[in-house]
Amino acid sequence: MFCRIKTITATVAIVATSLTGCGSTSGGGAASGAQQNMAGQICGLRGAAKPEYSRKIPKIDGGATSLSGAGSTFVAPVMSVWTKDYSESDGVQVAYQPIGSGGGVQQIIAGTVDFGASDTPMKDSELKAAKFGPILHIPLTLGAVVPTYNVKGVQTGLKFDGDTLGKIFAGKITKWNDPALVALNSGANLPDQPIAVAHRSDGSGTTAVWTDFLTKESPTWVQALGGSDRSFGKDIAWPVGIGGKGNEGVSGVINQTDGSIGYVELAYALAQNLSYGVVKNKAGNFIQPCVATITAGTQGIAYPPDLRVSLTDGPDLHAYPITGTTYALVNQNQTDAAKAKALVNFFSWTLSAGQDDAASVNYAPLGKDLQALAVGMVQKITLNGGPVGK
Amino acid sequence: MTADVLASADTSGPSSDGRFIDGLFGRLMAAAALTVIAVLVATAVFLLIRAWPALSHYGPLSFFHARWAPSESAAASSTPNPYGIVQFIYGTVVTSLVAMAIAVPVAIGVALYITNLSPAVLRRPLSSLVDLLAAIPSVVYGFWGVFALIPALGPIGRGLTSVSGIPVIGWVFQGPFFGYSVFAAGVVLAIMVLPIVTAICREVFDTAPRAEKEAALAFGATKWEMLRLAVLPRSRSGIFGAAILGLGRAFGETIAVTMLIGNNVLTIPHGIMRAGSTMPSVIANEFTEANQPFHLDSLFVVAFGLLFLSLLVNIIGKRIVGRVSEHIA
Repeated sequence: MFCRIKTITATVAIVATSLTGCGSTSGGGAASGAQQNMAGQICGLRGAAKPEYSRKIPKIDGGATSLSGAGSTFVAPVMSVWTKDYSESDGVQVAYQPIGSGGGVQQIIAGTVDFGASDTPMKDSELKAAKFGPILHIPLTLGAVVPTYNVKGVQTGLKFDGDTLGKIFAGKITKWNDPALVALNSGANLPDQPIAVAHRSDGSGTTAVWTDFLTKESPTWVQALGGSDRSFGKDIAWPVGIGGKGNEGVSGVINQTDGSIGYVELAYALAQNLSYGVVKNKAGNFIQPCVATITAGTQGIAYPPDLRVSLTDGPDLHAYPITGTTYALVNQNQTDAAKAKALVNFFSWTLSAGQDDAASVNYAPLGKDLQALAVGMVQKITLNGGPVGK
Repeated sequence: MTADVLASADTSGPSSDGRFIDGLFGRLMAAAALTVIAVLVATAVFLLIRAWPALSHYGPLSFFHARWAPSESAAASSTPNPYGIVQFIYGTVVTSLVAMAIAVPVAIGVALYITNLSPAVLRRPLSSLVDLLAAIPSVVYGFWGVFALIPALGPIGRGLTSVSGIPVIGWVFQGPFFGYSVFAAGVVLAIMVLPIVTAICREVFDTAPRAEKEAALAFGATKWEMLRLAVLPRSRSGIFGAAILGLGRAFGETIAVTMLIGNNVLTIPHGIMRAGSTMPSVIANEFTEANQPFHLDSLFVVAFGLLFLSLLVNIIGKRIVGRVSEHIA
């Protein structure tokens, strides 16, 4: 299992280096106008990839030498880099089990792990069920969900907007040469071919981020699903399409099926060499997904105090609109001094030096706003009601 | 029961030591036999207990409709039940029937060839080759299905979907066909059930009395007439039993089907060329992240239904095959 993840990580890293300045080289036949260039410029910026945040919380001595975590599979590749680097720098072993976001939530509710990890914030009912009091949401890293497709003669960089994607996934747009798609992509050679929709067959944080964006942008999507309380989440009553298990299942379907469109994490699209689209953001620009535009997605959002927020459709000019974060879930009040110290140390490291590591495996570091708020969350961890550090 | 038999057979035992060991051996074997029964019963009871919250919340009968939408379970307090399972039963039965429609004729052909037509030298190698098909792990079939079968089915599938003008048949084969479908799952299942159906057919054909076959040939019958007169008539119910046992095998197949069927869980697909789902595939897909209200419990309802269906089919199949061999003996 772990070997496989490492292989994927390695592939992603290689692809990432070969994609330096991604936006300027791709964009398909339809690449035109200043908007595309703007996305290209920001994707070419290397500065955004390694933010070099300084560590706000100094290391506390006397921490435990091991921590256990479980949850999100999306964060697993970067977590394996973190656990390796962190054991080398601080000598603390962090054992992380990628069992899925839902599992991570269940385990932190039951208190069987030191921290959980989830791609979506916990629901109120889940927070109420927690056995050990309030749970903090600490954003760790960012990811993008990208529309990927396999259409003969059409290159990467096809343009989409939220409503068009919503209509495709609701089964209202069924051909690649639909007027809505042609209007967005003048110049692209779109065939008269049925669209094969591919989606996740298992419950997934990726699905939650994707459908959250569709719900915000596409009234057709909301209507087809029977209301905005049903049109987003980890499980969706998909009206059309082929289900694949996991990101690799969906990318497999897309690879095998001519005329298909689906959604996967950016890292998988790059690793599998899938064609992926550029998506119109709230400011009206077509944005290519890359580390810089994903990070830009977290800028300018009004964050609630508990940080349980949707990051899709960010207002920034350069924001890639289908962006999500993985949260670490931690009991606010710790009862074991050694564990509490180790947790604070680990998360203050992941939020500073760890952010540079994330970029090296194509995970986007948190934006400045969100990183500061995340550090604030770590400072809220208490030991039996008092401060953790002494 | 086993213990009793062994104990009574032991009266002439030479030494008390041997008697003791024999008794112990008997009890151990009886315990092993009981374990099998206990595991079966315990599994059924466990599934029922885990399914119980959903069964009592929605009512057992409310599961018999064809719409599975876990995302709506929070909104629907008890009616309508968002966990309808009819489309999974439908998918399980239809994929298996597609498999049977392909596998049974092929299996009969292979078995007839092996038992009656092939040169004696070829019989053993052919039989073991067919049996070897059963040794291929199902995930390998699934993998092969995704990368070899689905591309190969493309032209066939698109050809089949072009008959849309004809009533009924047009509905069954309506498109669009993208590869991942009930049909593709059925084809790979056909290959997977071929060994068991062939093996039973072979045994059934072998029991045809040699004298009758030779008599038919002596009267100047051709080989085909000999098979038709002396072999096939008395094998009919045996073939049927073999098909039923094949069905039992196909019902439970999980991973290969999940990889090929397209996993449309929402409702019954129109025809067999579109994506569907089966009882095993929905469990395999959803159990890891079943976090909606009564979601996991409802998957246990599906699992219980699957156990029930598989046991039923296997019992019926075994009965038929058993009766046939008794009849011939």
